Amino acid sequence: MTYAVWIPLLPLLGWVANGVAGGRWGRRGVAVVACGTVVAAFAVGLAVLASLSSLPAGARHVEVDLYRWMAAGPITVPLRLLVDPLSAVMVLVVTGVGALIHIYSVGYMADDDAFARYFAYLNLFTASMLTLVLAGNLVVMFIGWEGVGLCSYLLIAFWFTRPAAAAAGVKAFIVTRLGDVGFLLGIFLAFGVWGTADFGVMTRDAAAHLPLGGAAATALCLLLFLGACGKSAQLPLYMWLPDAMEGPTPVSALIHAATMVTAGVFMIVRMHAVYLRAPLAMDVVAVTGAVTAIFAAASALVEPDLKRVLAYSTISQLGYMFLAVGVGAWGAGIFHLTSHAFFKALLFLAAGSVMHALGGTTDMRRMGGLARSLPWTAATFGAGALALAGIPPFVGFFSKDQILSAGFRHHDVILWIIGLAAAGLTAVYIVRAFVLTFLTAAPGVMRTPGNGDAGGHGAPHEAPPIMGIPTLVLAVLTLVGGALGVSFVHPGVLARFLLPAVTEGGPAPAGSEAGAGEGVLVSVSVAVALAGILAGWLIYRTGTLRGRSDAVRALLSRQFYVEDFFNTLVTTPGRGLAWAFDLFDRDGVDGAVMAIGRMIGRGGGWLRRVQSGYLRQYAAILLIGVIVLLAYWVSR
Amino acid sequence: MSVPAPLYLSLSAVLFTLGTVGVLVRRSALIVFMSVELMLNAVNLSLVTFARLRGGVDGQVVVFFVLVVAAAEVVIGLAIIVNIFRTRDTVDVDDVDLLRG
Repeated sequence: MTYAVWIPLLPLLGWVANGVAGGRWGRRGVAVVACGTVVAAFAVGLAVLASLSSLPAGARHVEVDLYRWMAAGPITVPLRLLVDPLSAVMVLVVTGVGALIHIYSVGYMADDDAFARYFAYLNLFTASMLTLVLAGNLVVMFIGWEGVGLCSYLLIAFWFTRPAAAAAGVKAFIVTRLGDVGFLLGIFLAFGVWGTADFGVMTRDAAAHLPLGGAAATALCLLLFLGACGKSAQLPLYMWLPDAMEGPTPVSALIHAATMVTAGVFMIVRMHAVYLRAPLAMDVVAVTGAVTAIFAAASALVEPDLKRVLAYSTISQLGYMFLAVGVGAWGAGIFHLTSHAFFKALLFLAAGSVMHALGGTTDMRRMGGLARSLPWTAATFGAGALALAGIPPFVGFFSKDQILSAGFRHHDVILWIIGLAAAGLTAVYIVRAFVLTFLTAAPGVMRTPGNGDAGGHGAPHEAPPIMGIPTLVLAVLTLVGGALGVSFVHPGVLARFLLPAVTEGGPAPAGSEAGAGEGVLVSVSVAVALAGILAGWLIYRTGTLRGRSDAVRALLSRQFYVEDFFNTLVTTPGRGLAWAFDLFDRDGVDGAVMAIGRMIGRGGGWLRRVQSGYLRQYAAILLIGVIVLLAYWVSR
Repeated sequence: MSVPAPLYLSLSAVLFTLGTVGVLVRRSALIVFMSVELMLNAVNLSLVTFARLRGGVDGQVVVFFVLVVAAAEVVIGLAIIVNIFRTRDTVDVDDVDLLRG
């Protein structure tokens, strides 16, 4: 299965080609190269999936060594790819959704001057993400991990002439870097424990090397989870993600919804055998996920910006995924990752169509009544919204339900209640977004631009087919994707496929025996979702429900003051420290260096007078020197 | 019959002093150059004198070396002076101060 190497290699070649020569062969060529490589990678991914399925379940773990990368004493790190059901699923999600978003971008970025640069970055991102998911050890994963971080920075700050975008890019880079420190320390710790960071070895020998609940296992898992928190925007390192919406919308769909931000979840599933040795760390993961889920859902309630609502929604859904993996429901976590990739990418692409129609506006207070002029966009956004709210038969219903029932069955009813409450809030905020964008005609909004072409952009119009078709494909996937994991036939197709990869050393995945309470759980979660939708409708559409409190609104719109807390506690002292270091560096270190320099300079200035340029003066000095020497010798 | 050595040496000292003063006070490069020659030949004179006093020939041999070197120096030095004159229209050594610090 050596050809799996082409999966990350193809987009990488696309990056090189478009990066080097993209300016030369025109927009059409750039688009063909960029989309073609990703589609080809998807095809290779399908081939890998087919040959993997033909293997017996126990043998679905193929390691591809490309070459020995580092060798230092007893430690060798090969550049190794690991092809197993988990990485195959991730490859298909990344290349499949990625290809759709690449194609969508051709339409979305059609008028941008930096067309080639955009697609070069996008290809580099895809290559990095595929390296991440195909990595055979933590070190190779770290390459991809940092690569996607870099591309995230480059693409958030893509319109770098806008100060907000540049600042958001830097913020994303720095905040995720905080987590990456933990991730790197985790890798070192893994080398300390196993002498290798190979996933196969770590999974196989987890029990032998790590006593259950021991300090090493807990520390390792928590350090890696810190990295996951940064990358996947969990509390407390979430705040870069809403700002990341400064990037182009397809980037938000691909990187900040469908793929990169799920890397943390994927990493934990990849390391599940290790996490099973550290129950405390798993509880931390589950609680962080649950708290993030409800926290971000609440923050989304008052956010006026359409894309930022979706960003908080992403944070919240990632919280669900961490809740799932925290209670050991690996399959449910990956299933929700997949389904989220579908419906959140769909929501973002639909939001991108709205922005396209309105000339770049994302403020929902300036939208309204767009359902009339953008029926397709409204329909696809609606499909994504229903999936997000968890209404059957959309894919979100199945995956979210699996997570909730896993949480319920695990041991912690509290987690289940928090998750359920977050699901209710989710329904409310997405209904709010839908109503404000597509239904309510706010006074003085831009839906009536007077006479057609006066404003330059004209009346809101549907996006061109190159943007519409990928959106539509995602909408169909959102509608039928539930078949991957129909919860009534536990375990679902996806979970069964993933079984060999994610259950070694662990108990059977939660939900392998359909409990009698399953029907009740499903009914409750659907009822909550419906109640949320109804509440949202009554509040934002008909205005029947009133009486919101300003205090609550203030609390929510500042996201419970988490960011202010960080600013006060971390940023301000950090700035003070930086100021002190700056002072020391400028006046202390630089001062000493400059003083020496000034001294030498002054000495030189004094000495230069000797070089008068007058020949006769030189001769005189020479004569004086000779006389002095003679006098010395004679007198001796 | 022979002139006593101190006279030769005195003449040599006078010539050398003349050359030194010429180098120091004259501004024309040509005169400076001639003064340098004067100094060289003053030294030659004293070398010959000492050679005779000692009854050897090594001092006289050194004089030939000095003559040859002086000849070479004249060639180069005159070439330089001509070039300076061509480019700067002057042979005043005080005007040639490109190396002033």
